[in-house]
Amino acid sequence: MKVFFRLLLLALVASFLRPATSMAQPAASTLGAASQPRAPDNLEIPKGWPKPVDDGKRESYVLVDVLEFRPKPNNSDFRWDIESWHGGDVNKLWLKSEGERNTALKADYDIDAQILYGRFLKKYYDFQVGLRAETQMYQGRNVSRGQAVIGVEGLVPYNYEIESALFISQNGDVSGRLTLTKDLRITQRCVVQSRLETSMAAQRVERFTTGRGLNNIEIGFRLRYDISRKFSPYAGVSFDRAFFGTADLVRQEGGDPSQIRFVVGVRMWR
Amino acid sequence: MKNGSTISRRHLLKTAEAFSVLAAIERLGPAYAQSNEAAAPSSELSGSTINLTIAETPFRVDEKMGRAVTINGMVPGPLIRLQEGEEVTLHVTNRLKEPSSIHWHGLLVPPEMDGVPGVSFAGIQPGATFTYRFPLKQSGTYWFHSHSGTQEQDGVYAPMIIEPTGPDPVQYNREHVVVLSNWSFASGMTMIADLKKQSGYFNYQRRTALELLSDVKRKGWKPTYEDYMMWSRMRMDPTDFADVTSHAFLHLINGRSSKSNWTAFFSPGERVRLRFINAASMSIYDVRIPGLKMTVVQADGQDVQPVEVDEFRISAAETYDVLVQPTEDRAYTIFAETNDRSGYIRATLAPREGMRAEVPARRPRPLHTMEDMGMNMKSMERGGKSMQGMDKSAMEKTSGGKEMAGMNGGPKTSDAKTPTGHEGMPGMQPPPAKQKQDAMADMPGMKKTDAVGDPNLVKVPGSTAVPHGPDTHGTTNQTVPEVTRSRLHEPGTGLGDDGWRVLVYTDLKALTPFYDTREPERELEIHITGHMERFIWSFDGKKFSEASEPIPFRYGERLRWTFVNDTMMEHPLHLHGMWMHLENGAGEYIPRKHTINIKPAERVSVAITADARGNWAFHCHLLLHMEVGMFRIVRVSGQDPKGIS
Repeated sequence: MKVFFRLLLLALVASFLRPATSMAQPAASTLGAASQPRAPDNLEIPKGWPKPVDDGKRESYVLVDVLEFRPKPNNSDFRWDIESWHGGDVNKLWLKSEGERNTALKADYDIDAQILYGRFLKKYYDFQVGLRAETQMYQGRNVSRGQAVIGVEGLVPYNYEIESALFISQNGDVSGRLTLTKDLRITQRCVVQSRLETSMAAQRVERFTTGRGLNNIEIGFRLRYDISRKFSPYAGVSFDRAFFGTADLVRQEGGDPSQIRFVVGVRMWR
Repeated sequence: MKNGSTISRRHLLKTAEAFSVLAAIERLGPAYAQSNEAAAPSSELSGSTINLTIAETPFRVDEKMGRAVTINGMVPGPLIRLQEGEEVTLHVTNRLKEPSSIHWHGLLVPPEMDGVPGVSFAGIQPGATFTYRFPLKQSGTYWFHSHSGTQEQDGVYAPMIIEPTGPDPVQYNREHVVVLSNWSFASGMTMIADLKKQSGYFNYQRRTALELLSDVKRKGWKPTYEDYMMWSRMRMDPTDFADVTSHAFLHLINGRSSKSNWTAFFSPGERVRLRFINAASMSIYDVRIPGLKMTVVQADGQDVQPVEVDEFRISAAETYDVLVQPTEDRAYTIFAETNDRSGYIRATLAPREGMRAEVPARRPRPLHTMEDMGMNMKSMERGGKSMQGMDKSAMEKTSGGKEMAGMNGGPKTSDAKTPTGHEGMPGMQPPPAKQKQDAMADMPGMKKTDAVGDPNLVKVPGSTAVPHGPDTHGTTNQTVPEVTRSRLHEPGTGLGDDGWRVLVYTDLKALTPFYDTREPERELEIHITGHMERFIWSFDGKKFSEASEPIPFRYGERLRWTFVNDTMMEHPLHLHGMWMHLENGAGEYIPRKHTINIKPAERVSVAITADARGNWAFHCHLLLHMEVGMFRIVRVSGQDPKGIS
């Protein structure tokens, strides 16, 4: 099983990287040396000249989509969902992190970080492969694991932003996460972001409070005000519920498998 | 003096009433732009040797200070007035810390004098002076600007007038240059970065839930729901008309804001020639002077048969010369609204200082139509008879309420009769009112897109809808239209429903035929492509850096080049070095243009005589579109100049 997944992953990574490397090398053209005297009909552009337009620039983007405080008597905590990319129109390097601190649902904390290579395909999607590190608290001690990631992120019809990923751990445990968000503009600056996030797993992994099958569904509504397009404070509400084996594990840990949380936070990007 | 009247235009320019409105604030403005103030020597340059300096200069717009990149310390730069048939030498010195350049927009110059870094030369290095020298083979209204980075947006643009050797077919008593432009305190590169990250970054006119509610009230649940769902399903924004809106731009006329109100003077009864130049980097304007008819006499520097209009759309880099003849002793507002209606610039035409006229009410922002999407209207037409009984709401369900307005503009705009009581234009022959399209008899309000019934349109290539075929433009092209067709007879989405006459491209007819009227012997097609959601712009799905080879033209050939706009935005395409003869059905009088605005889902053909050997730039003149890759090199090569004189 483990070997199979490693092979699968290798094949996937290889198939993504091959076109990428050829993309990185712009087609070499037969440029005449700048120093040579030009023949009357030699219309080659001399080598030393600059490009007329700079269309291959790389940009850097950081989106703090969720950075919020969740007040609760004796048990306030916080949560974040941050992603960033660096690159051009087609090839990008992605860095992501999601995390929550002092979560009653799972443990004292649950944090992940990902590094991914992404390629723009099929007009709306970035296909991503890479690595993920996850750490959380389990029975009073820190546990962590590394996983391979295969993901798709983009815009689906009806303007839903989708972020989906399959995680394969070093032990061959497979899990997945899907996030859908959609913006509803009330006015030009006042926006309700609805957000659905769900996790599932193929195996029960007790150390990571993960049951088999559907783990949880979280539905949130965040009303933000775009002071600028890049900086928007928000307030909202989030419903989170664990199911099946996951719910049992949450209860064992002393957590509540079903919660409603009020949130205040800020969304920003640069 | 070219006309028979007693007043010399030059005399008027130089000795006219010296008014300096807010001169202290607009010190940077060139003198020609400072109303009719006697021209300071530096603001209008002429003669056989001209010196220009590009440098960074503080620039004040209303109350705010910024830094502009200027020519001879001014925004716009100095007016250069030259004489056709002469040779001019221009020394351009770069005082910036980065390379710069000057391109002479619309001028037919030797390829090494065209001023495009990386195509015609290496650029002008910091501290260096480049000497341009070329003969003036044409006359008319032109302009010049930097072709380096986004310096054009930062202020490096200026007008150029070349006087004809022969008598000027346009007779006028007085002239004013009207340079439209957009100013931002943000840099073009920052704008590109923001748009790549969030394509609607500058759009504050998007659809909202509040608008949805009012649409429901107006049109009912079902059509509204279906319309919103259609756009949402397509992942497109029907309000996307300008990538950079007036949220980031302050619009200027001759370097002056609406608030400081540049004023041009006239004496009642005079024929005034207004030379409009759109030097804006990213803005398309709809221009009108309420109360005055405008007679278009020149387009892109080339004389055209006079056309009397109330309004015209001027895309980035186009120029239009119009004649007006105000007879009343009152002020008129020169009003230029952006095509997305997010902003405007006004100036005043007045007999005296300190006068101003009412600023017209702003029009609502437009929405994209089914034609912009390239939906196949044929299927609708086929069912035309049965659609007779179609109720309004059923019609709206396919295109959505107000946006239907964009579809019924045809008859109203092109057949609008000259209202009586307007100030006539003696000496100018208004063009015969012609039927550009018949309203579909069985579908009132629907614009007919076929050429049937219009002898002119039949001759327009692409006047019948052409299916697009499979999308081969790759992942960086968002969509392809089902069909593309000629829209030369349309004023443009969101324009033409006001009950007055708007200039359309089929109105343009050259005053004299071009020397080469051969039927094109070769045909090329290029698709305007891009991804609105990711701010990627390209030709045939490839950015400049991805296109390995220049587009080959054979020296001496006459070819037809068809532009197919697969995107939902307007793109002003500009070819350097050669005229594009817009095939608009005018026979041997098809107009010559350097910049042609292509509408969404439009198919436009131009004839080109490849009479200029060398490498030439071809690009979208929306600066940021060009900068991200909507650019090509055209290479005219070969030894045999067969067929051209």
